[in-house]
Amino acid sequence: MNAVADIAGIVLGGLAAGTVLFIVSVGLSVTMGLMGFVNLAHGAFAMFGGYLIVLAMNRAQYGFAAALALGFFGTAALSVVLERFLYRRLYRAGELDQVLFTIGLIFIFIAGITIVIGPEHQTLQLPAALSGQLNLGFIAYRTYSIFLIVIGFLIALGIWLTFERTRIGGQIRATVDNRRMAESLGIDVDRLFTITFAFGSGMAGLGGGLGAEFLGLDPQYPLEYLVYFLIVVSVGGLGSVIGVYYAALILGVLNFALTLYLPKGGTIFIYALTILMLLARPRGLSGRKEQ
Amino acid sequence: MSKRMIAALAALAVSGGAPGAASAQEVKIGLILPYTGPGAELSPNMDRAIDLYQKLDAAQIKPFKLTIIKRDSKAPNGAAAKVDTQELLTQEKVDVIAGYIYSPDAIASAPVITAGKRLAVIMNAGTAFITNLSPYYVRTSFTLWQSSYVMGEQAAKYLHAKTAVVAYTDYPPGKDALDAFKYAFEHNGGKVIDAIPAGGPGATPDFTPFFQRAKDEHPNVLFVFVPAGDQATAVVKTYAALGMKAAGIQLTGTGDIVPDNMLQGMGDSAIGLITVHHYNADLDNPQNKAFIAAWKKAYGADATPDFTSVGAWDGIAAIVHALHATKGKIDDGAAAVKSLEGWKFASPQGPIEIDPQTRDIVMNEYLDQVYKGSDGKLHEKVLATFHNVKDQCKALAIGPCAPKK
Amino acid sequence: MSVAVSRAGDAAAPIANPAARALMRRHRLRWWEALPWLAGIAFYFAFPDYLSFGCDLIVTILFALSLDLALGYAGIITLGHAAFFGTGAYAVGMLASYNVWTEPITALLLAALAAAVIGFLSGLVLLRTAGLTLLMLTLCTMALLEQAANMGHAYTGGFDGLPSLPIAPVFGVFEFNPLYADTQYLFALGVLFACFVFVRTLVYSPFGQSLTGIRENILRMHAIGSPVRRRVLVCYTISAALAGIAGGLWAQTNAYVNLSALGLDRAATVLIVLILGGYGRLYGAFIGAVIYLALEHFLAQIYPTAWQLGLGLLLVLIALFARGGILGLGEALWRRYGGKLSQRRRDGPTAP
Repeated sequence: MNAVADIAGIVLGGLAAGTVLFIVSVGLSVTMGLMGFVNLAHGAFAMFGGYLIVLAMNRAQYGFAAALALGFFGTAALSVVLERFLYRRLYRAGELDQVLFTIGLIFIFIAGITIVIGPEHQTLQLPAALSGQLNLGFIAYRTYSIFLIVIGFLIALGIWLTFERTRIGGQIRATVDNRRMAESLGIDVDRLFTITFAFGSGMAGLGGGLGAEFLGLDPQYPLEYLVYFLIVVSVGGLGSVIGVYYAALILGVLNFALTLYLPKGGTIFIYALTILMLLARPRGLSGRKEQ
Repeated sequence: MSKRMIAALAALAVSGGAPGAASAQEVKIGLILPYTGPGAELSPNMDRAIDLYQKLDAAQIKPFKLTIIKRDSKAPNGAAAKVDTQELLTQEKVDVIAGYIYSPDAIASAPVITAGKRLAVIMNAGTAFITNLSPYYVRTSFTLWQSSYVMGEQAAKYLHAKTAVVAYTDYPPGKDALDAFKYAFEHNGGKVIDAIPAGGPGATPDFTPFFQRAKDEHPNVLFVFVPAGDQATAVVKTYAALGMKAAGIQLTGTGDIVPDNMLQGMGDSAIGLITVHHYNADLDNPQNKAFIAAWKKAYGADATPDFTSVGAWDGIAAIVHALHATKGKIDDGAAAVKSLEGWKFASPQGPIEIDPQTRDIVMNEYLDQVYKGSDGKLHEKVLATFHNVKDQCKALAIGPCAPKK
Repeated sequence: MSVAVSRAGDAAAPIANPAARALMRRHRLRWWEALPWLAGIAFYFAFPDYLSFGCDLIVTILFALSLDLALGYAGIITLGHAAFFGTGAYAVGMLASYNVWTEPITALLLAALAAAVIGFLSGLVLLRTAGLTLLMLTLCTMALLEQAANMGHAYTGGFDGLPSLPIAPVFGVFEFNPLYADTQYLFALGVLFACFVFVRTLVYSPFGQSLTGIRENILRMHAIGSPVRRRVLVCYTISAALAGIAGGLWAQTNAYVNLSALGLDRAATVLIVLILGGYGRLYGAFIGAVIYLALEHFLAQIYPTAWQLGLGLLLVLIALFARGGILGLGEALWRRYGGKLSQRRRDGPTAP
């Protein structure tokens, strides 16, 4: 009984941690896979959405669900503007120019949030129904973690179905696999990218708010967590939603278990696991695309 | 002092602004704080305290005029702080250096301070041995040994705990907190059964695995040190969400886990927490009452100062004292430091003194508990007061404070 | 490597082909190459209060130069170059802190050696990959080293670092000055000059040319039988050694070492500096470091809370309007308005 509860605690804790990373990172995987665009500023969109969500709840008294919707659509809208006017100019540039551009964007976001909102961190107040513990029968566990796991699963399922079952999903897959061929078949890649970029950024914004309970939220967010987002994307494989989902969950659970039993190892595990997984599968778990 | 402050406050309320400065001797203070990077959220609290002191105690400052030159120490690694210190001394020719939120900033700058021969007032950085690095350092903030040592003692004496688990941020202040708590707790009959390094000072780690581990070990108390900031909120939330209170584990810590300006954001999860610190905004003394009232008047009813603000307030008070004691020749660093040795001051945190041997602060520590007031807000009440607490690391000469061979 | 360099002698034989002559002319010294060094010496006399900043500038130039060798010439995109900087810094710092070795010049050679060992070993494993995978592997390797330095805090000082390092006088005569940093500045300038001469010689040697070939068309280099993997590994190791010297120099001029020597901050900053200046161009490291650090330093003095906005705007504008960084922009303008020199083939990354 006790062993069951221990294992369940590890699995649930790890899945929740992994799910947060998945929701924030999935958009990055798709846009990097689709256009080969190295968007290091992805975390800035997550921060922007997180601020929208938390401020809407704390200052404008929005409900949790309404605030999440605002975070998603607000971030998506911002990303479309930036994509149309700025990102688009750099599609054919080298990846290092893209790095320079997106790091510059991060600085602008950090300074912007600091100037407009202030340097202090923001606290998410969960609705009463999601705080506290939920009794699952064999174990009582943090309600919000279970909520996140379920939400993450639904999102992964939804995106997977979109990819596999819809026309636009087919176009995205075709473009990830072979962009030139897709273009010559008449797929409007630019439009496709705008849509996926908006969706991916919206997901990041959503993740910024949903994950604030764990990751916190302050102007340093885009730099503090950048490495984690990149780890999940690279281990999962570019352009692969399922790969990123598995990568996030596997890394989440393994890291949670190792941290629990060997806390003296600090953050070493996440990096060591990443190195091992990347050496074993250099193209990521999905192995979908030459990186 | 307190009367003068209240009088100044009244004058401020009438005039509604800073009194005009007459032609006076200008004293340049170089203020080094992280205005960007992970520490950026701490700087405004200190800036505001320094501004407020100049408004409220304008009479005290006369006939001098303080000019404050601000520099950004950026990421908490000492690099920018050191260059700032050098340029403030050589280029701006400041009379005094002040600030330093992070210990590496003060540590990296120590040789420059020593060579520059100017008083440097540390307003926050807490690593115990810093004041040994330069004879011109005077500290008005704290060391982790002061709060954590008392907490360790009281976990055994006041809470009657037999076992404890310590979770700490894996950098020097965290290790200081661990060492101090463990030393005091075990010398009073307790036993630390596990010490868990819980992530670094930057990104907020997921505290769930650390606290899950602590919960499985069933200690009487969980002692936590994390830097004040979003990690503190995450600690309190995770403690509540894992149902550790119901499991009979009391959360304790230094005051860093319940910083005054973040307390309301923690919600009811924070109720019942027991911490030891040298300041909380609810302290009942006339200086603090006036300080809080002036703060809310200047910065809004929801604004609250915290321990970093008090460190800055006391630091400016120390500089003003040295200014008078040296008759304006504060740029003579040795004389300025000498004038502060044994200096006593009625601070919002209670009486403080600068230890003449170590140039470190001696102050009260308070055992506090969080409760919900009749106004629906969270407050802290003082369960016990410990007077004239020295930095135990240097007092006991152990660990990193042991004399070097 | 030694084989490749010794072949440089063959290239001195008279060659009739004009294209080959043009290629040969490229490595000749030009008058403006003296400018950085004159500026460096002028800085010493003009800004005696800014020499601490000047030291940081020189260290960053040297670090960016080392990265240019890996990234600009061999095409290795890495986000973990601070691993070598940190190795060098800790080598110098720990030797000095425990009073084992404080002589600055030999200490830098030890720093180079330590970093070269780490570079060679990690390169042996990591350089099989490319793209994002390589980027993440270098990043994670650096993070592992950083965490190891944190866990060994009893020896490394952890986050707080090792303070007040004793550094012996240069040549046994010139003491480091903790306040004005004048000796440190001249010492650092000398080290940078020596390293630069080495790098310049290297990239114009046949070895350096083969690296450029690898960067531009790796398949063709394989096809002509060039030992691609070995050359890339050698280049990576040399680059690591230079980064180690930069790190050691940083520890010496600052008299401390702490975890920031190893962090992502440092690795990302040097990458930005190099891209900003223009990679694969030798002088990109100089331009990028001067512009980036000077802007950061002086904006932060005027706007301590908002300087990142200005810096961010600069990066975005350069990325949008100046492919190949500031030097790339300069070359484009030169080709457009500079008249006859437009035919001269440049040694940039977009060369055909």
